[in-house]
Amino acid sequence: MAASSTISWDRVRRAGSKLTTPLHPDDYLRLVNPLWTSRELRGWVEKVVKETEDAATLVIRPGWGWHWDHRPGQYIGIGIQVDGKFQWRSYSVSSPTRQKGRTIAITVRAMPEGLLSSHLVNGLEPGTIVRLAAPEGDFTLPDPPPERMLFLVGGSGVTPVMSMLRTLDRRGTMPDVVMHYSSPTVDRMIFRDELLRLEEKHEGLRLHQLHTDVEGILDLADLGEICPDWKDRETWACGPAPMLDAIAGHYDELGLEDQLHLERFTLDLGGDGGEGGKLTFRNSGKEIEVDGATTILEAGERARVGMPYGCRMGICHTCTVTLVSGTIRDLRNGDEFGQPNEPVQTCVTAAVGDCTLDI
Amino acid sequence: MAISDVKEYAHLGEEEVDQLGRELDAIRAEIEESRNAEDAAYINRMIKVQRGLAAAGRIAMIAGAHSKQARRPALVAGTAMLGLAKILENMEIGHNVMHGQWDWMNDPEIHSSNWEWDTAQPAEQWKHSHNYIHHQFTNVLGHDNDIGYGVLRMAREQKWHPVNLGQPVYNALLASLFQWGVALHDLDIERIRKGEKDPTEMKRQLRQILRKGRNQILKDYVVYPALSGKQWKSTMKANATANLARNLWSYMIIFCGHFPDGALHFTEEELEDETRSEWYLRQMLGSANFEGGRTLHILSGSLGYQIEHHLFPDLPSNRYPEIAVKVRALCDKYDIPYTTGPLHRQYGQALRTIMKLSVPNSWTSSDQPEPPTPPADRHRKSDAERPSRRPELGGWSRSPRERSHD
Repeated sequence: MAASSTISWDRVRRAGSKLTTPLHPDDYLRLVNPLWTSRELRGWVEKVVKETEDAATLVIRPGWGWHWDHRPGQYIGIGIQVDGKFQWRSYSVSSPTRQKGRTIAITVRAMPEGLLSSHLVNGLEPGTIVRLAAPEGDFTLPDPPPERMLFLVGGSGVTPVMSMLRTLDRRGTMPDVVMHYSSPTVDRMIFRDELLRLEEKHEGLRLHQLHTDVEGILDLADLGEICPDWKDRETWACGPAPMLDAIAGHYDELGLEDQLHLERFTLDLGGDGGEGGKLTFRNSGKEIEVDGATTILEAGERARVGMPYGCRMGICHTCTVTLVSGTIRDLRNGDEFGQPNEPVQTCVTAAVGDCTLDI
Repeated sequence: MAISDVKEYAHLGEEEVDQLGRELDAIRAEIEESRNAEDAAYINRMIKVQRGLAAAGRIAMIAGAHSKQARRPALVAGTAMLGLAKILENMEIGHNVMHGQWDWMNDPEIHSSNWEWDTAQPAEQWKHSHNYIHHQFTNVLGHDNDIGYGVLRMAREQKWHPVNLGQPVYNALLASLFQWGVALHDLDIERIRKGEKDPTEMKRQLRQILRKGRNQILKDYVVYPALSGKQWKSTMKANATANLARNLWSYMIIFCGHFPDGALHFTEEELEDETRSEWYLRQMLGSANFEGGRTLHILSGSLGYQIEHHLFPDLPSNRYPEIAVKVRALCDKYDIPYTTGPLHRQYGQALRTIMKLSVPNSWTSSDQPEPPTPPADRHRKSDAERPSRRPELGGWSRSPRERSHD
């Protein structure tokens, strides 16, 4: 479809808002088809494919407003209503990128304590409408890819790498790739069959499997045996936190941190904290003293202000409120925000001195 | 009599009032913890029905305009559906969403911070004049601008002026132009007249009202009539009728909230050191319910449960019926009056008060249980003169759309 026709469709809807003001035409159209709205991104769960005993791939058809611009390796936010309330999580896209696709896929492993992940794997019926957040993340495949690559993958960390491999396969640009994949047992290896097929198909792709229940976890000293030229390869690592910590430490020691890309699925608020201060929640009439490590969101919740929140890791922007005055710091990267009346994300920021928020 | 101390009026000791407050807090906590998928389904269903009615109404009118045979029935049905849709949107959906009753769902599409309703007043101004001013200072003379909306004399304590002789006329005008009266409410014309209003704020508010009002008028009186071709006049009339029906209905329901006999007024002294429990008590003494079936309550935006709404403005409206059973039991237990009656009686009392108070106090008798305190000057307060907002009344934020126009 040509870009011009998309624009004119937008224009039609904008003109239509004269008929539907103060609502948008999408507010009516979504009642005809739930995907016909771009106000909040939505998706229709087309299929739930069982991958292993405890993991499933959700094939989702996104609605209007989805840009099909995700880069292989990125994650998306998914929001589902549990007991009437939207809960958000982020999952890597496992399907390859497409210019103009029809569906995207995410692969989810049910965590023992994770109510939402269990629901996604075991309870989600095809046909369910979910909310989506646009793709984000820097753990991505460069285009064109480097000539030699190394993937170090543990457990469900395979999902972003799978999107990269599928993209390389689809484009027919598979370079020299070594992939190490740790999993407790053969049965728990997500995408094992497909990886073996890809290995057979592409001369450049070599898969190294490690079953940690019997063979023990990866000893980084053995990396040279798995891949003799690992030091010359740009590396992407994704997996459980202890594995990533060990890999990051190992690369740091050898001064190779520049060629390592990491994807962590927990929020790293390791940046410099704020200095703390007094937070004033203007409309709720609440105040609280906070230190520089407490996020604005946590502080507001402690003060019993009804703070909006979503993913709680800086992805979905549901938690955005207006900072009336004062300065806050993004705990992920140290960026500071302090324009008057600036909308800010509260889940990843902390106060630098006294602040007033419009909530 | 305007009450200066709710405890004394209710013959309750400090202990008892605190206990009452704790029991009401417990009702709130119970509802907050039990909000669930069924509640979410309720508001989503309501929105679906309302938008369906609005769309069907508009389509019926346009279709009717292009078909000779079906013209009349289509026009009548279209007008009825549109009027009903506007009533539902303003009352059960818009008003309640803007109080934050559905914010707990974490759904940005049904959230107090960005809901814009189908009436002339911008949401942001409503959330200030209603959620904050009216709900926090309910029925306190000189503080609550909703006692007569600056147009009518609704308490014997408000000084009589010959201008008040025109009340029956002002009342009829207010009822039929209700959405425009509400639109100007937060602007505070009295302060503008006295030159006390901050000019930048006034300009900002006026710009908001003009922009919203223009879009509303364009929609109902230009765009849809234009789509009806030669029949533009009848579509225009039909839209005006739907707007008028919504105006009259919402006016009547709102006048049943605090103007029937038994809904009491308070003096400024009550606000001094008022505790949360005393605030609860003031809400119970200052509000009036009316009785009716489920449909009537939904069409009234659940304001037939005005007492429960004023105690818990941000709890989901579909839970008010079950809350009412508990509140009523508490009223019995503490011997607090619980004002309620059929809709026609409640409105009849409000209307009679409007008529009676158009003339000086000495010409008529009071219908409140006790004689009035001496009249005082009316004076609208600025926000600087008021205590800060209570969180349970619902948020007050500028919508993102509004922020970008600052």
